[in-house]
Amino acid sequence: MSLENRVTEIIVDKLGTKPEEVTPEANFQTDLGADSLDLVELIMAFEDSFKLKISEEDSAKLRTVGDVIEYLKQHGVSE
Amino acid sequence: MGRTAIVTGAGRGIGLSISRRLIDEGWTVAGCDLLEAELASVAEDAGEAFRPYPLDVTDEHAVDSTCARITADLGIPFGLVNNAGITRDSLLLRMDLDSWERVLKVNLTGAFLMTRAVSKVMMRQKQGSIVNISSVVALTGSAGQANYSASKAGLIGFTRSMAREFASRNIRVNAVAPGFIETEMTRALAPEVREDYASRIPLGRMGLPEDVAGVVSFLLGDSSSYVTGTVLPIDGGLST
Repeated sequence: MSLENRVTEIIVDKLGTKPEEVTPEANFQTDLGADSLDLVELIMAFEDSFKLKISEEDSAKLRTVGDVIEYLKQHGVSE
Repeated sequence: MGRTAIVTGAGRGIGLSISRRLIDEGWTVAGCDLLEAELASVAEDAGEAFRPYPLDVTDEHAVDSTCARITADLGIPFGLVNNAGITRDSLLLRMDLDSWERVLKVNLTGAFLMTRAVSKVMMRQKQGSIVNISSVVALTGSAGQANYSASKAGLIGFTRSMAREFASRNIRVNAVAPGFIETEMTRALAPEVREDYASRIPLGRMGLPEDVAGVVSFLLGDSSSYVTGTVLPIDGGLST
């Protein structure tokens, strides 16, 4: 499964959104309806799935789906 | 099987009384305590409804793995009672750093670790209730208990913050502030201190662990479904 699909799957699972809403531009809070707790849960789910640690500072910068995919790629997560 | 609640410090005193009360009301109790022998004897007494989980609440990894084990054994817990607590009394001038840190660690950090571990799974369920056992000395202060009263006051701030953080997930967080309750902890106090306390209690008697257990059970269950972030004194009127 591609990185994009894995990320989408996690977001759909945590936020209960439709997969087609999870575009790279989609903002977690304004477009996908996540609250602050949802964001924390999402970050923890990404950490678990991709076996990495995302600092508080970095996670504050991850506002869109694209931000996350970019971040994961930069931190050595490929497919 | 009814709902599951985790009770820390369940081996004796107030924690034991809370466990018994919850079991009487149909809960399954996962009892955590350092005191393995006490846990085992409660389990022998209470049967299937009481599951012993020996645990040091200050041990981060043990807390996480025990909470995971409880969830695997009994399902996602509905309730958590952060009751484990210790005292190391002395006047401040004579209080060593270890007494200060130890009390803060068990009473406050322990509640933090337990709440963090349990809320992770509770959030998935979108329901739950957490009760922290504070103390009347958090509100009034107590000479000789700078460490204990600070830890119990810390639990009040912790309670209110957790109530706000988890409200959107339908997880309520409340605290009780017991006054002078007859337990091994208070039996260790000097007789004159006990008498002084007792003489100042408007209801004219010391509390019993059962007096606390009833209120905790109320806050843990659905009778208090619109109550969160509150601190309820159980002190015979001492703090009023």
